[in-house]
Amino acid sequence: MKRRLLGAVAAAALAFGFANAASAKTLVYCSEGSPENFNPQINTTGTSFDTAYPVFNKLVEFIPGTTKLQPGLAESWDVSDDGLTYTFNLRKGVKFHARGGFSPTRDFNADDVVATFNRMWKKDDPYHPVSGGEYDYFNDMGMPDLLTAVEKVDDYTVRMKLAQPESPFVANLAMDFAAIHSKEYMDAMMKAGTPEKVDQEPIGTGPFIWANYRKDDRIIYNANVNYFRGKQPIDRLVFSITPDQATREARLEAGECDVIPYPNPANIAKLKSNPNLQVLEQEGLNVGYLAMNVKKPPFDNKLVRQAFNMALDKEAILAAVYKGAGKAAKNPIPPTIWSYDDSVQPYPYDPEKAKELLAQAGASNLKTDLWYMPVQRPYNPDAKKMAELMQADLAKIGVTAELKTFEWGEYRKRVQGGEHMTGMLGWTGDNGDPDNFLGVLLSCTSAREGGSNIAKWCNEEFSALIDQAKQISDVEKRTELYEKAQAIFHEEAPWVPIAHSVVHMPMSKKVKGYKVHPLGTHIFEGVDIEE
Amino acid sequence: MLRFVLTRVGLVIPTFLGIILLTFILIRLVPGDPVQVRVGERGITEERRLALLHEMGLDRPLHVQFFDYVGGVLQGDLGISIITKKPVMVEFLTLFPATLELAFFAILFAASIGLPLGVIAAVRRGSAFDHTVMGLSLTGYSMPIFWWGLLLILLFSVDLGWTPVAKRLSDDYFVDQVTGFMLIDTLLSDDPMNEGSFLDALHHLILPTVVLGTVPLAVIARMTRSAMLEVLGEDYIRTARAKGLGSIRVVAVHALRNALVPVVTVIGLQVGTLMGGAILTETVFSWPGIGKWLVESIGRRDYPALQGGVLVIAALVMTVNLAVDLLYGLLNPRIRHRR
Repeated sequence: MKRRLLGAVAAAALAFGFANAASAKTLVYCSEGSPENFNPQINTTGTSFDTAYPVFNKLVEFIPGTTKLQPGLAESWDVSDDGLTYTFNLRKGVKFHARGGFSPTRDFNADDVVATFNRMWKKDDPYHPVSGGEYDYFNDMGMPDLLTAVEKVDDYTVRMKLAQPESPFVANLAMDFAAIHSKEYMDAMMKAGTPEKVDQEPIGTGPFIWANYRKDDRIIYNANVNYFRGKQPIDRLVFSITPDQATREARLEAGECDVIPYPNPANIAKLKSNPNLQVLEQEGLNVGYLAMNVKKPPFDNKLVRQAFNMALDKEAILAAVYKGAGKAAKNPIPPTIWSYDDSVQPYPYDPEKAKELLAQAGASNLKTDLWYMPVQRPYNPDAKKMAELMQADLAKIGVTAELKTFEWGEYRKRVQGGEHMTGMLGWTGDNGDPDNFLGVLLSCTSAREGGSNIAKWCNEEFSALIDQAKQISDVEKRTELYEKAQAIFHEEAPWVPIAHSVVHMPMSKKVKGYKVHPLGTHIFEGVDIEE
Repeated sequence: MLRFVLTRVGLVIPTFLGIILLTFILIRLVPGDPVQVRVGERGITEERRLALLHEMGLDRPLHVQFFDYVGGVLQGDLGISIITKKPVMVEFLTLFPATLELAFFAILFAASIGLPLGVIAAVRRGSAFDHTVMGLSLTGYSMPIFWWGLLLILLFSVDLGWTPVAKRLSDDYFVDQVTGFMLIDTLLSDDPMNEGSFLDALHHLILPTVVLGTVPLAVIARMTRSAMLEVLGEDYIRTARAKGLGSIRVVAVHALRNALVPVVTVIGLQVGTLMGGAILTETVFSWPGIGKWLVESIGRRDYPALQGGVLVIAALVMTVNLAVDLLYGLLNPRIRHRR
C-alpha cells in the first residue's frame, strides 16, 4: 500500500513538473557550491567565478574552449611602440541589464571601465572598501604596481598606461576580475546606502541576466534579449547547487541535471557507457609537480635532481592516480599553452642510471622528506597515493623518503616558506600566458621565502629570459625565449614535472555546443539544449 | 517544583557558556586561518597575511576576541561571515527552516511508524514479528546515514525514477522565501508558474525524511517496546484484564499511556541526534539547510559562521532537553522530589 501511495505521489508530481517545464527552454547546470558573492573582482574561487561569468563581459575575452583572445567590450585595441600605452576602442550600443528596480539610462561607455578599475585600484575610491575590499586577483597579477593610469579619452575610448612593458597585460584583462560593472548601478546603490548589493545582485552586460539566488540551493538567470552577441539559444539557465559528487552524478543520470562538473574519475567509464550521456574532455591548463628545494643539500646538486627525474615511474602514476585522466608532463607549462617546447626529450624512467647519478653526486643512502597535499586538486586527484608510489620508486634507488603532510593552508604556508626538502604542488593557469606559469612558479622573484617558487630555484639566466619575454609583445620572439627557458629548466631539473590532468565534463546528449574551457570556467554562452 | 525548575535552568547557563568557549577554541585549534585558506597555490607575503588578519580582527589576543564575541552574543549579534560578509544570523535564518522542516518530518515519520511497531512487538513478545522488528531496528540504528541515503537514491531515484534525487523543489519552480518552510511557501505562492509546486515539494521530502528518520525510528521502536513490556507486567494491567476489559483497550489506554512517558522523553532527546544526522542527510540530498553551511564554514575557517551556527543549534538542543526534563518532572512527581 505504502509503495502504491509513493508511486501515486510520484506520478502526480511528475505530471505537474512536465506541464510546467514546457514553458521556457531551461538548462540545468548542477554546480558544486555556493558563491561567496557575484562580483569576480573580490571573490577568489572558481565556483564564484562561474556564477558571475554569465552576467558580465570584459574588455577582452577568451574564446570559449581556448586561451586565445577575442574582442569583448573593447572592439579593438592599440599598443604604443614602447609597450607602455594601451588604447581600447569600446563597443557602442551595449546595454546593461535592467532588473530589480534598476534600469540603465545610458549605454555602456568609458565611465564604466574607469569606475570598474578604480574600485580595485584606488584606495580612496568610495567603493574600494565595500564587501571587505580585498581584490586578490587584481593584486596577484601585479596590477596595482603595473598600472599608472586608466583614463577616459572620450565616451568610447579608454587609455591604460603601464609602468613597464608587460605583454601578458591584455590576457590579464580577460581574467574574471576585470569584469566590467555599471557605474550607474554602483552610484545608485551607493546613494541608496546599499553598495554591497552591487556584489550580491549583479548587473552586467552579459548574455544572461541574474534573476534570483538562494544560498546552497540555486541561482537563476534569464537570457538577455539585448545581448550584443545576440540572444542565447536557451531562455533560462539554472545553477542547481549540488555539492556532493555522488549526488551530482545520480542527478545527471536521473535527468535532473543537464551538465555537471568534477565527476569522480573512477566513474567516467560508467557515465560514458550511459546512452543518454556524453562526456567531453580536454587537457586542463595545469601542471602537477614534485619540487626539490635547491636550498637544501643535496638538492643543490643538479645530478641529484636529475636522478629523481629518472627514478619516478610516471606511467605507473598516471595509471594509478589519474586513472587515465592525465598526460605525462615533461615541461613546466601544459601543451595547450603556446610556446610549449615539444622538442624537449623527457628523462627516461631509468632507476639504474639514477643510482649512478646519485653515486656520482656522492648522495648514496640519501634520506629525504616528501611532502604531499592533504587535499584533492585539479592537477592532482590523490597526492597521498602519488607520494606512496614515489616513495616505493625512490626506495629502488636507495633513497629513503619520509612522507609528510599538513592541513592545506598550513601546507602551502610551509612549502612556500621552503621548509621541505621535496614537496608536491601544482598550478592552474589564470590567463593562458606562458609567463603565468614560468614567471609565477620558477622566477627568482617568486623564489623568495613565502613565494610560489617552492623549489626556491633561482637561475639568473632563466629568470632573465622570462623577464625579457614579458616585455615584448611579438609572440614569435617570446616563443623563442620561452623555449630557451624550458631547455634550461629541463637541464637544471628543479622539479619532476608529473602530469597535466584531463578535465571531464559529463552532460546530457541533448546539450549542444558546450566547450570545455581550458581555464576551468564553466561557460554557457551559446550553449543549446534539445527539447 | 520551583526549586526543581531553578536547578534545571541553573544547570543550563554554565553548559551554555561551556559551549561558547568550546566552539570558540576548537575552531581556532584547527591549523590554518581564514587568510591561508583563501590564498591558494600562489602564496602570500607574511606582511600581507598579517594585514588581512588585522582587518578581520583576528590578530588581537584570544581573550580579547573571546570577550568581544561573548559580548556580541549577549546582545544577539553573532558577527559577520568572513566569506560572504553577511550577518551570521541572517544566513542562519535563511537556511535553518529547511533543516527544521526536514527534521520535523523525520521525527513525525519515525514516531508514527516506530510507536505502533514497538507496541505490537511488545504485545506479541517473542513472536516472529517481534524478532523481525527488533532485528530491523538494530540494523536501522547502526545504519551509516550517508551510505543509506545514496543507496535509496540509486534505487528509487535513478533506477526506478519514483522520487527526485535531491533538493527541496524541482528546478522548474522558484518559490519566494516567506517562511522558509517549503510546504508553506509553495502554498503561499500565487505565481501561476508555481502551480503544482506543493506536491513537488512533498515529493522531494520523501527520501530525505526516510533517511533522517531511520535512526530515530529504530530508537523509538525499541524504547516503546521495552517501556510497554515493563508496563504490561504491572499490577494495574492485570487488574484491568481481570475486570474483563478488551485487550485492545488495555493496551491502547491503560498500558500505552503510561509507557509513553519515557518514549516522549526519548523523542525529545532525539533532537540532538537529528541535528547531527541532518548534516549528513543534507549533504547527500543537496538539501540547503544549515548542515552543509556548517561543514563549509569549517573548511573555509569562517569562524563567526561556525561559532554562531553551532551555538544556536546547541541552544536549541538544550532548550528542548530542558523542556523535556521539566515536562518529565511535571509528569512524574518522584523525579521532581528527588534531591
